[in-house]
Amino acid sequence: MIPRTTIRLAAAAFLAAVLATGCTGHSPGGAAPAAATGAAVSIQDTGSDTLLNLALAWAERYMTENPQVRISVTGGGSGTGIASLINGTIQIANASREMSAEEIAEAKKNNVTPVKFTVALDGIAVVANPGNPVQGLTLQQLSDLYTGNITRWESVGGRSRPVVLLSRESNSGTYVYFLEQVIRLGDSKSKSLFSPRTLLMPSSQGISAEVEQNPNAIGYDGLGYVTPAQKMIAVARTAAGPYVLPSVRTVLDRTYPVSRPLFMYTAGQPTGAVKEYLDWVMGDGQKLVRDVGFVPLPGSGG
Amino acid sequence: MTDLAAPRGSQSTPRTRRTRLSEFALETLIRVLGFSTIGFVVLIFLFLLREGLPVFFEVPPGSLFGAHWYPTFGIFGTLPLILGSILVTIISIAIALPLGVATAVFVREVAPRWAREILKPIIEVLAGIPSVVLGFFGMTFVAPLVREVLGAPTGLTAFSGAFILAYMALPTIISVAEDALDSVPKGYRDAGLAMGATKWQTIWRVVVPAARSGILTAVMLGMGRAIGETMAVMMVTGNAAVLPTSLASILQPVRTMTATIAAEMGEVARGSTHYHALFGIGIILFVLTFLINLAAASAIFQKRRKGGLR
Repeated sequence: MIPRTTIRLAAAAFLAAVLATGCTGHSPGGAAPAAATGAAVSIQDTGSDTLLNLALAWAERYMTENPQVRISVTGGGSGTGIASLINGTIQIANASREMSAEEIAEAKKNNVTPVKFTVALDGIAVVANPGNPVQGLTLQQLSDLYTGNITRWESVGGRSRPVVLLSRESNSGTYVYFLEQVIRLGDSKSKSLFSPRTLLMPSSQGISAEVEQNPNAIGYDGLGYVTPAQKMIAVARTAAGPYVLPSVRTVLDRTYPVSRPLFMYTAGQPTGAVKEYLDWVMGDGQKLVRDVGFVPLPGSGG
Repeated sequence: MTDLAAPRGSQSTPRTRRTRLSEFALETLIRVLGFSTIGFVVLIFLFLLREGLPVFFEVPPGSLFGAHWYPTFGIFGTLPLILGSILVTIISIAIALPLGVATAVFVREVAPRWAREILKPIIEVLAGIPSVVLGFFGMTFVAPLVREVLGAPTGLTAFSGAFILAYMALPTIISVAEDALDSVPKGYRDAGLAMGATKWQTIWRVVVPAARSGILTAVMLGMGRAIGETMAVMMVTGNAAVLPTSLASILQPVRTMTATIAAEMGEVARGSTHYHALFGIGIILFVLTFLINLAAASAIFQKRRKGGLR
């Protein structure tokens, strides 16, 4: 009798544990494949959180001009979008970085040939609390800060305070770009990594909330996500300067050192509604880019 | 239901046959539903094992329990995540246990009837607040407070996370502990008072000890709630995978197992080592939750054997 009860209790505990664990994992997000309902065409567009606001602005404008097309836009990170494209659940993947060799190999395995379109440019702003007196940093100083070689603000001309490093999560294209271009200074042989003390924030909102209220914090994010309550830090390639603040102009004339292209990927050469949409994005759509805080493609007249 | 009252002796009237048939169908349906729940749970567990076990072969055990977690670069040291989860859970229980038991004692033993009728529903409402809302509250209110009052470099720390978790575990702890106090027989209180003990002495020396196994269950259930919580923790603890080594780690950022799974599951390529590693963390989390639940269950079992005191 006693052992039987024990077994039952163990089983109950086991069930409870399975349920508790089962609730915490979330399955890889993916939209359902587009189903043409009547004459309407539906396009699934997923990926980079950096591109999210811009992709939403494009989709909303395009849908008012072309009511027969339905575009659903979701975020989740560049990696998420690319994974969904490879799995065939979406038509367009937004990415703030290029696909890695492994991802392209993975796509080939699934008979998907990713095609890349550059849809806008973005400056990555380095931000700090408005109370922080530091005006400018060199790329080398940024690298030393983020690898943990410099841990106090006074080492780079600030007040006597500890540095709190903020970053996006590792599924963010911005994370990968910042690592390669700033922390590793563009050196592909470098093995430098983010300091383990770096706080990985799940969203841009998390970074801005912490930067706005914490005088020790330093963070980075897409130009379009910098709120007025954060202070942008001017960045220089070398200590001799010039120290440049990110803006549409400095990104376009390439004087601001931390800028990058933003992409949309399709599975194979786009056709039909997806092709029309992408043509519009790279043409008329460029007029919206500046309003959302990004930099239009050169020569697009945006 | 009136059909059940049909006389037993008359067997083969069409009416009783129909009754028996529908009863059989109902019973079978309920049985199938009951067993399918168990089946689903077993399937979830098998899925977890299938997706997670490969990591224990792909990554040597030495590095799997190493001190650095850089999944994008093939470094899968889960130790900081495991210790992070444990640290946050222990602090949150350290906060929630005295608060929860004190509240339960107040609600059950001290508060006048009208106060109890207001307090109980409020505590139940507390349980219904979505964790995202609590996380947002923690990010914008608790974190700055922790930084300014306790002097930490950032407010996004293990302590802030534990504070929010304690808040989330409280309703569970209070209601289970209150039930436990409630089932202490009235005779115990009368006997205590009759022996000349004050009301406080009766509560503290007689009633609470008599309910201790129920209170222990409450704590275990609260722990289960805390260790599995994801969203609020992800928003508040800073998610830096630092190994908590000293007491000072309480005021430093940590990264928990749940936050890691939630933050990274969206990006991984299916079948990669990183994907298996995340499910591997799920297995570790499962084992921990299982042990906690088992401890809670055995506490209930023991007190049943001792004579039904709750």
